[in-house]
Amino acid sequence: MAEVLVVVDHVDGAVRKPTLELLTLARRIGDPVAVVLGAGAADTVGVLAEHGAVRVLTSSEQRFAEYLVVPKVDALQAAVAVVEPVAVLVVSSAEGKEVAARLAVRIGSGIITDAVDLEAGESGPVATQSAFAASFSVKSRVSRGVPVITVKPNSAPVEPVVAAGAVEELVVEFGAVAGAKVLSRTPRAASGRPELTEAAIVVSGGRGVNGAENFAVIEALADSLGAAVGASRAAVDAGWYPHTNQVGQTGKSVSPQLYIASGISGAIQHRAGMQTSKTIVAVNKDAEAPIFELVDYGVVGDLFTVVPQLTEEINARKG
Amino acid sequence: MSLRIVVCVKYVPDASGERGFADDLTVDREDVDGLLSELDEYAVEQALRIADAADGAEVTVVTVGPGDAKDALRKALSMGADRAVHVEDDSLHGSDVMGTSLVLAKAVERTGFDLVICGMASTDGTMGVLPAVLAERLGVAQVTLLSQVAVAGGTVTGRRDGDAASEELEAPLPAVVSVTDQSGEARYPSFKGIMAAKKKPVEALDLDDLGIGADEVGLAGAWTVVDAAVARPARTAGTIVKDEGEGGRRLAEFLVGQKFI
Repeated sequence: MAEVLVVVDHVDGAVRKPTLELLTLARRIGDPVAVVLGAGAADTVGVLAEHGAVRVLTSSEQRFAEYLVVPKVDALQAAVAVVEPVAVLVVSSAEGKEVAARLAVRIGSGIITDAVDLEAGESGPVATQSAFAASFSVKSRVSRGVPVITVKPNSAPVEPVVAAGAVEELVVEFGAVAGAKVLSRTPRAASGRPELTEAAIVVSGGRGVNGAENFAVIEALADSLGAAVGASRAAVDAGWYPHTNQVGQTGKSVSPQLYIASGISGAIQHRAGMQTSKTIVAVNKDAEAPIFELVDYGVVGDLFTVVPQLTEEINARKG
Repeated sequence: MSLRIVVCVKYVPDASGERGFADDLTVDREDVDGLLSELDEYAVEQALRIADAADGAEVTVVTVGPGDAKDALRKALSMGADRAVHVEDDSLHGSDVMGTSLVLAKAVERTGFDLVICGMASTDGTMGVLPAVLAERLGVAQVTLLSQVAVAGGTVTGRRDGDAASEELEAPLPAVVSVTDQSGEARYPSFKGIMAAKKKPVEALDLDDLGIGADEVGLAGAWTVVDAAVARPARTAGTIVKDEGEGGRRLAEFLVGQKFI
């Protein structure tokens, strides 16, 4: 059967959930072959085999961490030559998209980014994407080369299926262009909350939160639901919450099961980042706020009374 | 020697208008006003700041697009860029990122460059991969998604704030840089800048000038095919309640009903 290359997103050997979703999607097209690069590559084999990887290609060269993007492209080019896959699937993270893009040029292939679904088609995999702030659904495919497709987190269920997971060392010849050197890397302090793009529930605050200290109200709700915390651009630009938590066109695009927007008016730039959420809830004082056009359930009211009451109610029910 | 900075900019449909697709499934440019992509303003801004700090520099803005795309170049020139290059050719209609990047790479090579600066993504296609594709085509390092950038002594340095970590990066020139909306507020064109922009040179190029065949770009030369673009059905109107003291509890009931609690 045809093989599909799945590029594994992991942190020191801990495989992140979006990769397991890719393995589900890959099986619709062929047999998944996982490629794992960087420190801890060998530690991923068990979980990849439990999720359908028939083969696992590993390389733990230092260079992947020392330089930006390019060494990984060198490695994937080698993997494509070894496997001759029918498609290459990559998680739609900032780095994933860049690695995919350089690889696509290198191997003379078209690229599709930010797919939210993937299925087998008569002339190769067909990807579904959202366009123009999710007001359109677009179906497209790659017409030249090996399709390189990046897939957004939360696009498919994780389905365990046991496969052989035969481990092979990937031999990489690094090219002349090394890429940008990483002089230092400062890990982000762990919040203890789920990663924003991967979370099943996201609770976001906007201009109406009115101050960095007031984000505690948003965080308390998030923690009662085991959710990630997001922020609108207005809240980020005001310095109330870090840019890494920004939801919207210039921040993260999220597609959780539940999105709760508090004190967010719902400008087009914000909607671009959250409109594909399955269920949308909003709390806002302004009954005319455009966010209410999107909601499954909206409360017109003061977030500083509604949100704490909601949090209290959730905690009481959990208790 | 003078630092040659090239900024790649895009003319995009205004996001506050009704954006859509034409019959050939390319972006409809007829029914909605265009403008310089907001995220490219940050690239122009950083180019101008780097040029100001350099001992002699020239900032060239390049765009690929139809006649109207000159508006995007004019905006960048009025902000302070020195000159502009406009690649316009009927065969370019419907180009995907591979076609567009080919044209940009040829145009940038023709102009000559030490540093290419791009925005983090366009506000219409929003792929965010063009800077990486361009770097690959030009055979240089990418120093991308920077919230801070500086050039000194033939080296570009910058900070990239990723999900897991913040990285300090460094690469020798020539290189391709992309900057985020955290890199620094873009300046407004002054009246003087707007007047001066009218006298700045805008070089017009077509595919022949760049040695690119019509079959390498446009819809026919695209490496991807759009089979369908369907407007999402409007969301069915949700329940909206006014808080009269029980808003939070009623919302909790809704979430219980949806099995989130």
